[in-house]
Amino acid sequence: MVEPLLRVEALRASYGDARALHGVSLELRAGETLALIGANGAGKSTLLKAICGLVGQNEGRILFKGEDIARRPASRIVRLGVALAPEGRRMFPSLSVEENLILGGKARRPGPWSLESVYALFPVLKERRRQPAPAMSGGQQQMCAIGRALMSNPELLLLDELSLGLAPTIIKDIYELLPRIAAGGVATILVEQDVTRALATAERFVCLQEGHVSLEGDPAEHSRDDITRAYFGT
Amino acid sequence: MTWINAVVQGVLIGGLYAMFAAGLSLIFGVMRLVNIGHGDLIVAASYLAWAVVHATGLHPLTSLVIVAPLAAAFGYALQLGVLNHTLGKGILPPLLVTFGLSVILQNGMLLIFTADTRKLDAGALETGSFALSPGVDIGYLPLLMFATALVVIAALQFLFYSTSLGREFRAVSDDREVAALMGIDDRRVYASAMALSLAVVAVAGVFLAIRSNFDPFMGPGRLIFGFEAVIIGGLGNLWGTLAGGVILGVAQGVGAEINPGWQVLAGHIAFFLVLAVRPRGLFPRIS
Repeated sequence: MVEPLLRVEALRASYGDARALHGVSLELRAGETLALIGANGAGKSTLLKAICGLVGQNEGRILFKGEDIARRPASRIVRLGVALAPEGRRMFPSLSVEENLILGGKARRPGPWSLESVYALFPVLKERRRQPAPAMSGGQQQMCAIGRALMSNPELLLLDELSLGLAPTIIKDIYELLPRIAAGGVATILVEQDVTRALATAERFVCLQEGHVSLEGDPAEHSRDDITRAYFGT
Repeated sequence: MTWINAVVQGVLIGGLYAMFAAGLSLIFGVMRLVNIGHGDLIVAASYLAWAVVHATGLHPLTSLVIVAPLAAAFGYALQLGVLNHTLGKGILPPLLVTFGLSVILQNGMLLIFTADTRKLDAGALETGSFALSPGVDIGYLPLLMFATALVVIAALQFLFYSTSLGREFRAVSDDREVAALMGIDDRRVYASAMALSLAVVAVAGVFLAIRSNFDPFMGPGRLIFGFEAVIIGGLGNLWGTLAGGVILGVAQGVGAEINPGWQVLAGHIAFFLVLAVRPRGLFPRIS
């Protein structure tokens, strides 16, 4: 059996005094797209943050390419090939669009992604490259956040709340581009409120409920009722 | 004519105040740290230059070749070893620790250099001047000080907005967490900022020591002038800091012209007026 790209083992993570994850385990193969679904507060964002090193207190193991990264600082983890497009985009407001992208490439990993290839994927970013990042619309900022994450040439791309607060046409545009990103061989974990869209995009899904995995598998093999039950815990 | 002279001399001395302030402004901008020990670091740089000049016989300005790198290295180590541990825990820890640093520096300087006043001798540079117009003489030293302030501010401005290090300064200032996601080690970026701040402190310290007598306890006064220049100009705006220094210098010059005892008080009153009318300073960048 091939070693998975990512293996999370019995991960417990706390945010301040509140424990957000109570022993979560999951696996992801290279190049695979996984939808991580669950209600608000189920622990999806905490899991993504733990994987890329932004949650200080955690127990359990996070193996990336066989290496335990659970207690590594975020600035090291990105060099190994994990990139996050965070919830709310979180552009650097005092940097231009292009400077945001350049910083994304600071880890200097080799690979297909560069300013040119990101601009080819999102031409609107090229038009706006000299503008300050906050001058862009939400959708454009989301494209910039994805581009910034790709600039590090990750093997694992974490997309947190991709469609939150965006206009439906923009969401459709961005989702149509995801296969082009996946074609480069990058594995993706997609956290999404829009469950239907996430399940249609992903090869596999994991549903979290109050910090536990409540259901996982191939979206086609589970009925909507099962998934709804796992989602809401009824 | 004496009034015009007072204003002109005030503008020139404002360059020195801007140099006091630039390092303070840089550190606040990058890591929101208010360095209470900043003034004492300036005086410590004066003493370091004094020691270097006495050991090597270099001209005070040339001694910067040694003093500035030493100050920068000290700043880097200070940030990595001490100040980084005070960040991210609220506003109080950095204030208390840099206040402690201030006390340690003052007493350390007293122990090593005694309470005697010292001065650096820059020779003909100190006394030379030319007449701009009758009654308005421009000294070479104040002119050089002002020109140096312009160069320092322009260099910091360039570094901040046109280099990769400056990009990282702005990124960690905006969002530490996302900067870490990009692979930026914020502790080292902060250390670089402190090194840069102390290199500017070294330049300010040498000019301070050439211009007037100094003793181990004059740091807090320089800190106040630096603070006032930063606040008058507006937080986070380097050219604003220069303007703040100039306004402070002119207010002091005009105050001294009215009555010699009013020099420092007039500066504080100008600061107070700006704060009352525009609490965020004249040209704020950081809200």
